[in-house]
Amino acid sequence: MSDGSREGVLEGLRKTGVTALFFGRLLGACVPALGRPRLIIAQIYNAGARSLIIIMLSGLFTGMVLGLQGYDLLHRFGATSALGTAAALSLLKELGPVLTALLFAGRAGTALTSEIGLMRATDQLTAMEVMAVDPLRHVAAPRFLGGLIALPLLTAIFIVVGLFGAQLVGVQMMGVDRGIFWSQMQSAIALKDVTEGVVKSVAFGAVLSLIAVNEGYHADPTAEGVGRATTRTVVASSVMTLLLDYVLTAAFL
Amino acid sequence: MRANRSLEIGTGLFVLLGVAALLFLTTQLPASGMKFGFGKPAGYEVTAEFDNIGDLKVGAPVKMAGVRIGEVTRIDFDTNSERAEVWMNIYKKFNQIPMDSFASIDTEGLLGGEYISISPGGLQTYLKNGSRIEETQSALVLENLINKFFANFSNKSGSGSQGGSKGPK
Amino acid sequence: MADSQSTLNSAAETDAVIDVRGVHYAVDGRPIFAGLDVRVPRGLITAVMGPSGTGKTTLLRLVTGQIYADRGQVAVFGREVADMGRAELYATRRRMGMLFQNGALLTDLDVFENVAFPVREHTNLPEPLIRTLVLTKLEAVGLRGAAQLMPAELSGGMARRVALARAIVMDPEVLIYDEPFVGLDPISLGVILRLIKQMNDALGITSVVVSHDVHEIATIADHSYLISDGRVVASGSPAELAASDSPTVRQFMTGGAEGPVRFHYPAADYATELLGAERR
Repeated sequence: MSDGSREGVLEGLRKTGVTALFFGRLLGACVPALGRPRLIIAQIYNAGARSLIIIMLSGLFTGMVLGLQGYDLLHRFGATSALGTAAALSLLKELGPVLTALLFAGRAGTALTSEIGLMRATDQLTAMEVMAVDPLRHVAAPRFLGGLIALPLLTAIFIVVGLFGAQLVGVQMMGVDRGIFWSQMQSAIALKDVTEGVVKSVAFGAVLSLIAVNEGYHADPTAEGVGRATTRTVVASSVMTLLLDYVLTAAFL
Repeated sequence: MRANRSLEIGTGLFVLLGVAALLFLTTQLPASGMKFGFGKPAGYEVTAEFDNIGDLKVGAPVKMAGVRIGEVTRIDFDTNSERAEVWMNIYKKFNQIPMDSFASIDTEGLLGGEYISISPGGLQTYLKNGSRIEETQSALVLENLINKFFANFSNKSGSGSQGGSKGPK
Repeated sequence: MADSQSTLNSAAETDAVIDVRGVHYAVDGRPIFAGLDVRVPRGLITAVMGPSGTGKTTLLRLVTGQIYADRGQVAVFGREVADMGRAELYATRRRMGMLFQNGALLTDLDVFENVAFPVREHTNLPEPLIRTLVLTKLEAVGLRGAAQLMPAELSGGMARRVALARAIVMDPEVLIYDEPFVGLDPISLGVILRLIKQMNDALGITSVVVSHDVHEIATIADHSYLISDGRVVASGSPAELAASDSPTVRQFMTGGAEGPVRFHYPAADYATELLGAERR
């Protein structure tokens, strides 16, 4: 049994090492990949534009819930004028980056993993190798960069839509004064709060794209292997998002 | 991949939207000088001077009998009078506010935001664009109140419990 | 490639384009090759045959430098693959074309762009020239009309022909075919066979065909290797192999279940296991 657990630890170490080495090679491949903006644009479209609807819908409803819950809570203290501030701070610092990242992992991350995994399974990556085209540069790096660029943009959209969702409920439905809602929010929020959200979303973008590309690239070249890799992407992405969220929050306090 | 216009347009739209959202977050949210213009009804501008506006912000509502009739559009410091000058946009349909009305800065609830409350006077001439409300009362600053309360309390001057309940003016 | 190298190895190069000597290779301790020797002479069609699971695909990966031998030498164009740096390896790969079993077409590009892919990657040719080049190659495999189709819309045989057009678009010196006949209907099979022969005759491309379809291969190959248990068990012209009296060769050529190559996975004695079944 101890032998088995030792094997497990070693295997875990090996996987970490493989991922780290892959990350290094991926970063190396990103530089020449920047010379092919067309490929990156296609991936921004895949990871970003195609997630737009789900992100905006989720943002809207998250904001609306914040409006309702926030109003209910603040109403008990007679502080409903702080609704705008409360909604904006929770969206900026936590809900925006984290929920967008989780949605991104489910929508774009899985698509990335299964796409690359399928390319692996159907020898497309090998074919590129043999054609003297580096698949890391041509397939992995543009997808990594695309995700890295798309996630912060999606997060910003999520937050803004969420703010309007919160104002829709708070102001239009519950009757909080619109001027107070916005002016209180504006005076309470510092640039640092916005920076925190942006830094988080960039970090999530890098980590989630890396996980998705890595899992796809190293998937077992079978239909079953690709399926398992896709599952691993979601699990690893979700855990890493929440873990990293704590670390970054602590760093910003 | 070549000449795939819809893809490029879609990406462009997405990036534009994302960058716009980012810009909104970085410039509009933290900057208190910003005014949200959406859905703002047309109206006329009125000014008033206060000794102390407390925590009043641009965008704060202007109310009469608890009904919103406008909002604060600009706040500045007048170096001549050494008082705070506040510009308000009053909605067009409230065009019969007497010239001698009285403006005070009140607080919504204990922790709420501050707003300008207008109590109507009795004149038959009405505020119009560019008018100035002469009669004003400053904000009730909670800290000042508490300080005063404790000062009176330590002086054992009996009447401390109500001291300063109506500002310095 | 540098001139010094080609002059240095010119003797070997005219002799054999691919030279595999005494290669040992194992995966997870399981030996795939134990002293494999294969030579591919320039300008000929060489067939590499063997039962499934004898590492034919592994051989191709060794030759293209995707993996390295544990022991022994793999030389391509007279240069040791293991000694090549990344740049030289990639330069060498550009002189080779490879046809994958399932075509391995890039699924997000249409037929035209798939064939154009290596050209766009490696050259800066103007668009009209690329167009001419690609359409010529597609015409050669009879699929010029399919240029706008996506890979998902192609049959297995068509996908393989497109892949062939892609493999020859950079005018390689060597073409490697990995199981080109698997899963093809007789007509497509005939077409592919003729194409391989045609590429070899008309363009002078050295060809390596890895396959277990003995009879198809025999019609076009100049020289054949039969691999079993990690080494070459027989080699020669198709006629020589057909005339061989080695039991392994006989079994492979005639498709017998009994012989040196076992049809049954190693197991306990059949009768013993059946009789002992009640105990379980």
